[in-house]
Amino acid sequence: MSNLLEVHEVSKNFGDFKALNNVSIQVPKGSIFGLLGPNGAGKTTLIRVINQITMPDSGTVHLDGDSLNPSHIKDIGYLPEERGLYKSMKVGEQALYLAQLKGLSKAEAKQRLKYWFDRLEIGDWWNKKIQELSKGMAQKIQFVVTVLHQPKLLIFDEPFSGFDPINANLIKDEILRLREEGATVIFSTHRMESVEELCDDIALIHKSNKILEGKLTDIKRQYKTNTFEVGLEAENKSALKSSLTEKFTVSEASFKSLNDDLKLNIKLENGGSAQDLISFLNQRAHINHFVEVIPSANDIFIQTVQNN
Amino acid sequence: MNHLPLIIKREYLTKVKNKSFIIMTILSPIIMIALIAVVAYLSNLNSEKVRVISILDESGLVKDVFKSTDKTTYDPLEGMSLDVAKELVDESSSYGLLHIEKFTDLDSVSKHIKFYSEESPSLPLITDLEEKLGNHFTNLKLEEADIDISKIEASKVYINIGQENFSGEESSKVDSIIKLIFGCAAGYLLFMFIIIYGNMIMRSVIEEKTSRIIEVIISSVKPVQLMLGKIIGTSLAGITQFVIWVIFGGLLMTIVSLVLGISLIDSSMPQQELMEMASQREGVEFYFESFKQALTNMPLMNLIVAFIFFFIGGYLLYSSLYAAIGAAVDNETDTQQFMLPILMPLILAVYIGIFTVIEDPHGTVSTVFSYIPLTSPVVMLMRIPFGVPIWQQLLSLLILIGTFMFTVWFAAKIYRVGILMYGKKPGYKELIKWMKY
Repeated sequence: MSNLLEVHEVSKNFGDFKALNNVSIQVPKGSIFGLLGPNGAGKTTLIRVINQITMPDSGTVHLDGDSLNPSHIKDIGYLPEERGLYKSMKVGEQALYLAQLKGLSKAEAKQRLKYWFDRLEIGDWWNKKIQELSKGMAQKIQFVVTVLHQPKLLIFDEPFSGFDPINANLIKDEILRLREEGATVIFSTHRMESVEELCDDIALIHKSNKILEGKLTDIKRQYKTNTFEVGLEAENKSALKSSLTEKFTVSEASFKSLNDDLKLNIKLENGGSAQDLISFLNQRAHINHFVEVIPSANDIFIQTVQNN
Repeated sequence: MNHLPLIIKREYLTKVKNKSFIIMTILSPIIMIALIAVVAYLSNLNSEKVRVISILDESGLVKDVFKSTDKTTYDPLEGMSLDVAKELVDESSSYGLLHIEKFTDLDSVSKHIKFYSEESPSLPLITDLEEKLGNHFTNLKLEEADIDISKIEASKVYINIGQENFSGEESSKVDSIIKLIFGCAAGYLLFMFIIIYGNMIMRSVIEEKTSRIIEVIISSVKPVQLMLGKIIGTSLAGITQFVIWVIFGGLLMTIVSLVLGISLIDSSMPQQELMEMASQREGVEFYFESFKQALTNMPLMNLIVAFIFFFIGGYLLYSSLYAAIGAAVDNETDTQQFMLPILMPLILAVYIGIFTVIEDPHGTVSTVFSYIPLTSPVVMLMRIPFGVPIWQQLLSLLILIGTFMFTVWFAAKIYRVGILMYGKKPGYKELIKWMKY
């Protein structure tokens, strides 16, 4: 699969402050790409470079094979974290204006807006002023404006903030649907559960450097520690535990179960296989629960950031 | 993609459709005209009142000096002491009492004239009395010295110097006045325009920052385009407002003066002075004749063309600075520290225009300041009616355009960085650092 966006060794300084240091990322076509990092890591600067708002000091950005240039503006839809609309302007006028700035003709913009407004059931807002709408309502308009010109690349910076669960779900479904229709999505967020749910690929930026990038599944494979979560039914639990502790690295685990089990995390040394563990356990206890511990995006985030 | 027309259109329409803009546009001329009408009405009222001045002339020397007019009545008092007269005048509706004591010689009499009144009398009244008495006593002294007054009157000569430049254009004092009015009006108009609409641009930039729409906009448009669009759109709205003011104001003025039956313009100039001016110039006809000539004498074509160019140049120069300030700060209260360096040259220009250009339109100060870009639009516009060589105008305009391009570049830099900066209030140091981003 080819990459839609290739950022190659981009650096950006603001005075003495280094915002980006030789950052490269590859965003595959049709993927949802999670751009992660602690606050102030440089994510927003990178997004602004991709949007041609900020010019990089060095490095190149290619979109769909071409070096980034002003004609790409219409190929990108950007929903910034700091977002707002003209307060005293009417919803319809405003959406038309923003769509036209992205290169749509007035008639086309109107037609597509009507489609989207009907779809999200906000058709009767057309003549309202933004200041009469709630924050969540204004966010919906912003979402529509971002995707209206059917860009190849969609960049969402914290798209769910300010939405109630129902609307957040609605927007999530729309994002997934847009991906189905061929769009590539860059998704910047601090909410790891949505990363888990949505992202195919991630990149982690920390202190202006990219410290991790790849398919989420690959990264998880890389970060897993050969640890298994087990629930064991046995007569003498403490004897079982001490015999296990002799052979493996064992720690207490907690999960919900119906039985009064011995709950443990068992880490295998390099080379140890799950089969061996199962047969070892099978001889000593009744196995009610056996799951490989897969690191969550949250764990990976915290672990990687703290190690750097 | 060129979005400039789209941005201009939006800026213009939002400004024009704004409620406070509409109210200001309609209300301002009404308030202005109402104020003028009230002032005119009151001053008419004031001058219609007949003022009584009592005169106690113990010397008997000033009998025929004071002749009552329809505005002032002189009431001679006779055969009473000063104290009685004072009491009498205090009780009556008289404005005051002029007392001329009796002495044997003219000098003593003229030195001991006094005016008594309840409140201190107005300056014009005293000046008027002094002038009348002064003339009278001069004549009396001349008579005493046996000099024929009629000969002195006959030998008085009034001079009106004809002016003509080397290329043969005649001009007069009226010319200079008209030129002055033209120059000041043009300069002042520019000054007002910059302050009102420059501020409007600044506020509109700040609004985009505070509403946080800016990042969405500049992911579609270049900041320079957005800035220029804002400046041009707001200026067009300003011009619209100005045109409405002029038309609506003129209309209102005509209606009000027709209804009230008073001339609003003339009443600001005392009738007497007008008459004097006219009589000095051998009649009203001459006055209007020279007025007409003054108009045709002025380099009208040059004036109009120069007005357009300097007005646009100066306005754009300042408004780009206003836009930069708007981009640098978060809210209007933070703008103060940056406003001063903008207002200073502007105010300086107007002062130089009013004081120096009138004194000497082609002197060193006037000439130098008509080249310096921040003051040149105002000063040059005030100088041009007095005739400025074309090469000087072109040079000044060239410098202005050069500076304008520089400030747009400079403002765009600040704008580009500033619109995405939130939170901290930047100082000048920061602004210079932004240049390098």
